[in-house]
Amino acid sequence: MNDSKIPAWVNVIVLPLINIFFAFAFAAIIFVAVDVNPIEAAQVMVAGALGYQEGIGYTMYYATNFIFTGLAVAVAFSAGLFNIGGEGQAYMGGLGVGLACLALDHTLPFWAILPITMVASMAFGALWALIPAYLQAYRGSHIVITTIMFNFIASALMVYLMVNVLKLDGQMAPVSRLFEESAIMPAFHEIVAWFGLSFSQSPMNLSFFIALGCCVLVWLLLWRTRWGFAIRAMGASPSAAEYGGINSKKLTIVVMLISGALSGMLGLNEVQGFSYQLKLDFVAGYGFTGIAVCLIGRNHPIGIILASLLFGVLYQGGAELSFDFPNIDREMIQVVQALVVLFSGALSLMLVKPTERFFVYLDQKKKAAAKVEAGA
Amino acid sequence: MSNNSSDTNFALELQGIDKRFGAVHANKNISLQVPAGTIHGIIGENGAGKSTLMNIIYGFYTADAGEIKINGQTQHLTNSKEAIAHGIGMVHQHFMLIDNFTVLENVILGAESGPMLNESLSKARTELERLAKEYQLDVPLDALIEDLPVGLQQRVEILKALYRGARILILDEPTGVLTPQETDHLFHIFDALRDQGVTILLITHKLREILAATNNVSVMRQGEMVAHRKTAETDKEELAELMVGRKVRLKVDKQQAEASKTLVSTHDLTYTDVMGVDRLKKVSMEIRSGEVVGIAGVSGNGQSELINSLAGLLAPASGSIKIGDTEITADNPSSPDSVRKMSVGHIPEDRLHMGLIKQFSAEESAILGHQNLDKYNGALLNKPKVIQSECERLMAEWDVRPQDPKLRSSLFSGGNQQKLIIAREVDQNPDVLLIGQPTRGVDIGAIEFIHKRIVELRDEGKGILLVSVELDEIMALSDRIIVMFDGQVVGEVAADQANEKILGMMMANIMPDELVADNGGQS
Repeated sequence: MNDSKIPAWVNVIVLPLINIFFAFAFAAIIFVAVDVNPIEAAQVMVAGALGYQEGIGYTMYYATNFIFTGLAVAVAFSAGLFNIGGEGQAYMGGLGVGLACLALDHTLPFWAILPITMVASMAFGALWALIPAYLQAYRGSHIVITTIMFNFIASALMVYLMVNVLKLDGQMAPVSRLFEESAIMPAFHEIVAWFGLSFSQSPMNLSFFIALGCCVLVWLLLWRTRWGFAIRAMGASPSAAEYGGINSKKLTIVVMLISGALSGMLGLNEVQGFSYQLKLDFVAGYGFTGIAVCLIGRNHPIGIILASLLFGVLYQGGAELSFDFPNIDREMIQVVQALVVLFSGALSLMLVKPTERFFVYLDQKKKAAAKVEAGA
Repeated sequence: MSNNSSDTNFALELQGIDKRFGAVHANKNISLQVPAGTIHGIIGENGAGKSTLMNIIYGFYTADAGEIKINGQTQHLTNSKEAIAHGIGMVHQHFMLIDNFTVLENVILGAESGPMLNESLSKARTELERLAKEYQLDVPLDALIEDLPVGLQQRVEILKALYRGARILILDEPTGVLTPQETDHLFHIFDALRDQGVTILLITHKLREILAATNNVSVMRQGEMVAHRKTAETDKEELAELMVGRKVRLKVDKQQAEASKTLVSTHDLTYTDVMGVDRLKKVSMEIRSGEVVGIAGVSGNGQSELINSLAGLLAPASGSIKIGDTEITADNPSSPDSVRKMSVGHIPEDRLHMGLIKQFSAEESAILGHQNLDKYNGALLNKPKVIQSECERLMAEWDVRPQDPKLRSSLFSGGNQQKLIIAREVDQNPDVLLIGQPTRGVDIGAIEFIHKRIVELRDEGKGILLVSVELDEIMALSDRIIVMFDGQVVGEVAADQANEKILGMMMANIMPDELVADNGGQS
């Protein structure tokens, strides 16, 4: 029945690129409307994000956050669960990291603290996902509603803790004390220095590599284990999963724990690798952007790395852009990011049909040509 | 009945109809001529393009190329409203009726004559009474749809189309939900309609119905119209061959069964659904080694619930299931996993939503339900090479085509999907096989193959439960036939005693006289 086939790479590579192209085309129109030359703006953005070492460092530092939250969304989404509580889970994960650092930085060296903070970030994030998971699995409360509500609870809890418990005496700002040197995540420029190389100072740190490690682990989990098989089966067809003997209730809990743990690890990058103290609102929307990262990355770790880099460029390049052009403020940058989300996420299916038709047309033309040649 | 061949009036003519969906070429250069006042059958396997073609005639789809002539006039139908205006009516496979509306309300829905309902209703009533008389389509106009049996609901659908002025009536697989008696009645209605000059297009995959009801028949295969025949001048064998494109055997050869020990039994099994409705009511039955037990009944009378209860997907509300020595009750429910471990294989009725996972590759679908087996797994990671080679082996043994374990499950034809599922379950060598709708949406060639293998499995001593909506299939394969109605067992017939008439009566919850004496003593 299938005369013509659409090659797989069209779906994986061409379509996302077309979507992103459209997003940038619309962004260009907006730039023109505020009297900014879009080509110049694009140059500034790319140069700001990738043109010099500190810029690259910042881009990677942002990307680290997106990889964690993007993976978290992807794991849950593979099981058909829409975890939009990454924001709250990351916030809690950061709290776990901070508490561990505050408790141990006087007594233990870094290599002893790191495993503890990793476990703490995962445990706190996972715990924050556990209650919505339980409510979804055993009480039928929809996970979208409960996870989003838990974002607010996390936010309120942090305000309480920062103001009443963790704030330093005699200080106005709701921040904890700075961690001792022994708790701080080695920065990228320090790591390369061990090997005798040099890199400009930037917030990029060891957590970037932890994030890449998580990508490998998530890939192995989803595509190379029986548990991943169960997760994907449940996501693709709940009735078939039930037929296949998969206990969807238990699996819902397990998947959400993994997802929450991945979100929680954002705390490693933000708290232990960047601010070196606990403070308010360090998640700053990374949890929500993780949803877009996962959508653009097509639920696959490699896609998520690429999408995280794209968003890293948008964040870092956007910051440079608003610095260079008085007509462009932070909100404009958010509009550009929103356009990318809109075209790659919400409208990602809009261009599937025309693209397919185009490739079918190409294929037929090729076949027709081959026929003519064979005839002659 | 037939017209002069020199100046035939065609109610419907299609010329060079072509339709693509993306990469799928659903209709290829189709031409068809339907003389006015005849019953014309369109037969073809699932996926042959019948439904696409009908939807083009009814204006749901627009053809990419080609011409439609209605009563000799070329028409461009872009939606079903225009089709209705040109006298085309359609009765869908799944009825488009509102359950808690009356017949009359359903008929005028969307065809009200004005904003005030009373006027429309009284006008419709007189018109419907006239139509009912003319076409022998008696339906209680003030009854609620939900209170009517499916046969009558179907008549409402036909009335709906006629009320909108249909002179060409398309019926898509109209007999799927009917008992044999209801089917006969439907064909009488067809005759009455034809005698009044209505043209009927009957879409079906059942050869018997084509032969019983139509004047002419057209055969579709893989999007093409491959043959037109006068029904009187063809037979089952020829039509089957045209549908499949090669010779097929329609009969199943089998020896007398040698049933021995009981493998699975139920005792007063009752299942209550989430709405609190009893779907199974005190069902007692057994499956013995070396026999095929067929479950017959109009769809939705508890067959699905029975097979799913046995498979561990539904927990009993009361009563019990006994598998080997294990007793499954409301307090001690089973799960699909535990039932599988008790050597019961399950080929589910719903192939696409249960039997396999459409998005998964064939090799992944080929381990569904068995994904935790040791042979597929190491300590942490699974063994992709084993999964692939096992799938290749199953595909070779069961002639699944294309033989590509990496191909997405949804890209296989229905028959090949089904063969893969059966292969997967049979390969575990279970004692009992629960088989639901083994050949639904499966092409004739594969049906032949699947039927042969089911009989072989029986001969190997397996106990087989067969649920199917195809009476022919039940009669061809079963050794005993249990008939269900409204969640209850109406009765049991030995295969050699069964015929369509007896089963049909039992499916309508009437115990035929010839069986009352036999069964009376047993129960």
